[in-house]
Amino acid sequence: MKRIITVTVLNQSGVLNRVTGLLMKRQFNIESITVGHSEQPQISKMTFVVHVEDKQKLEQLLKQLQKQVDVLKVNDITEKQIVVRELALVKVLSPPTLRAEINSIVEPFRAATIDTGKNVVTFQVTGSPEKIDAFIDLLKPYGIKDLTRTGVTAFVRETQIVNSPQLSILH
Amino acid sequence: MKTSVEATEQVYEEPEMPEAPKQVNGADIFIQTLKKHKVEVVFGYPGGAVLPIYDALYKNPIRHILARHEQGAIHAAEGYARVSGKVGVVIATSGPGATNLVTGIADAMMDSIPLVVITGQVATTVIGTDAFQEADIIGITQPITKHNYQVKNVEDLPRIINEAFHIASTGRPGPVVVDIPKNMATSIFDTTIDIDQEVYLPGYQPTTKPNFLQIQKAAKAISTAKKPLILAGAGILFAQGSDQLVTFAEKYQIPVTNTLLGLGTIEGEHDLFLGMAGMHGTYTSNMAIQTCDLLINIGARFDDRLTGNLNLFAPNAKVIHIDIDPAEIGKNVPTEIPIVADAKEALEALLALDIPNVDTADWLASLNASKVEYPYHYKADAEKGLLAQQVLELVHEYTNGDAIVTTDVGQHQMWTAQYYKFNHPNNWVTSGGLGTMGFGFPAAIGAQLAKPDAQVISVVGDAGFQMTLQELSLLQEMRIPVKIIILNNRALGMVRQWQETFHEERYSQSLFMIQPDFVKLAEAYDIKGYKIETFEDAKVQLKEALASNEPVLIDCRVVQKECVYPMVTPGTGLHEMIGVKPE
Repeated sequence: MKRIITVTVLNQSGVLNRVTGLLMKRQFNIESITVGHSEQPQISKMTFVVHVEDKQKLEQLLKQLQKQVDVLKVNDITEKQIVVRELALVKVLSPPTLRAEINSIVEPFRAATIDTGKNVVTFQVTGSPEKIDAFIDLLKPYGIKDLTRTGVTAFVRETQIVNSPQLSILH
Repeated sequence: MKTSVEATEQVYEEPEMPEAPKQVNGADIFIQTLKKHKVEVVFGYPGGAVLPIYDALYKNPIRHILARHEQGAIHAAEGYARVSGKVGVVIATSGPGATNLVTGIADAMMDSIPLVVITGQVATTVIGTDAFQEADIIGITQPITKHNYQVKNVEDLPRIINEAFHIASTGRPGPVVVDIPKNMATSIFDTTIDIDQEVYLPGYQPTTKPNFLQIQKAAKAISTAKKPLILAGAGILFAQGSDQLVTFAEKYQIPVTNTLLGLGTIEGEHDLFLGMAGMHGTYTSNMAIQTCDLLINIGARFDDRLTGNLNLFAPNAKVIHIDIDPAEIGKNVPTEIPIVADAKEALEALLALDIPNVDTADWLASLNASKVEYPYHYKADAEKGLLAQQVLELVHEYTNGDAIVTTDVGQHQMWTAQYYKFNHPNNWVTSGGLGTMGFGFPAAIGAQLAKPDAQVISVVGDAGFQMTLQELSLLQEMRIPVKIIILNNRALGMVRQWQETFHEERYSQSLFMIQPDFVKLAEAYDIKGYKIETFEDAKVQLKEALASNEPVLIDCRVVQKECVYPMVTPGTGLHEMIGVKPE
């Protein structure tokens, strides 16, 4: 199963290596990983998507991460209300004859054109990984020359849906 | 003339000047910090990158044991740490010095032995340039250490050493590597910096106090169990909770079995003790695990050599698992009642309760009958020669179970675990998790340094001994009375046994056609050597050798074709043991 895990770490040298090394040692498969500073100095946040076989393996993963001295907090946020975002840069063949057509396809995705050449256009698109997958699928027939994705980063929403039925208007 | 000159000669006196503040460098501060941590002995080997550290050690001495190979140094430190309960300190130089420590670091990690390992490193200015004797020891040791550090500013040095000692010795103990680049050791240290700063590690807060609700749940499970069983592991030894374990077991009359590393938590001849469990444990212990309805694991990690086939393990048992490392709980065996705590504190919390209705009389009666029915067994035959088991029974008899015993890995280790019954905790030093050949002999040296008055016996195989025998120099030098017993079967015994059992007797590369004369070898190091070939000789010579105040090497020529039994073969359950009865 696919899980989204956020890890808050002390920004020591080698901490990324520690975390990825641990995942490798325990045979976990990382699909994507993003790292950046958090709102606090000296503290960074990592978001990674991993594939785990079952609940027991997942528990192991969380506990092993928590055991690292430089790791402050580990959260599996897969089942929470979250915002998941990824950014992709897509360079696509776009001869002038087809440009209008491509632009009309791209428009609903609210992708930005960040570079234009004679026959190619580079789009920047952000959103959930599924949205980006769809975006790429649609552009594929035109010929994608280059593609890079950042991997997901995620955030827990301020309001969480409680499992029991409630009458809040917020959701 | 002469006298008048002397009379007029003026004596030049140096004017009194206020003493300039003495400059100290990183290396000096490092030694000072070690002293602050009351380090009495360090094990090491000098080299280029640690010259400043050895220079500081020369000026401000701590007892240093100069091993003949870094691996010997670190295994000695492991033995020292295991027996003393203190942190073992090792120093080696960069590059090959550091990589020679890797086996020992991994060994300490697997068996939770507290070590602070100092490695030299090339200067920070050339790190990453493939400089002479450079190795990325931080990268290399990251998966096999509890934590590791590279000192990048000399001001951080005392803090890092303080943290290293704290991390190594608290929670689940383990090895911490501190890599000190040469220019950090020579940099001038600003002495206004407090070297006693308190350790602040927000990401490292081991839980030692058990959750009371969980303790109550455990108590309830114990009160409803008909066949409870305690599996006592080395976590109890690290927590110094052996007394509490025995009190608890006696109070509720719960039988106890041990992991390999847990031997000594309860007296080997205690009525409630069933013997070691696992691959070469007693049939009674293994059947107790398979039939118990409550398995109370205290400080053990359900290693595969203990559990056999996990799918068949303890099928009827509810599992309570007390461990200071939360990641061990539920790793291999699903656990109904997890308790994250120091073993001693958890036992004390359990002892504080009065658990009603614990009646194990029938359960104990059946286990006691099993103990009588299925003891360890071997068939002595004077015609065929001396057996390792006979030697070990004699060793036990002559030392009354009071000796510190160290081993490598393999047949001799299993036989020692089976036949040496320990009276005291922390007297058993063996390489369990990593299974390191060459561990036992240097570990015995460390153990003897930790307990100079104790009898220390290193039981080793002829193959493992040859991996670290260079440390005989240490015995020659220090004259410490370590007794080396080589169970010499001219083979890699356990490899040979598996080849016999699982590879149709194809003894691929496991038999030694040529061997040194171990007695002569000992004599070359000015150590008395004995060669024992018969049981009759063993009775006389072993007694004499063990009574000596000097280091001694005893080469016991034992039967090569002997196998360790009983045995849980790979892939089978604990109840499917073979060789439980003599043929």
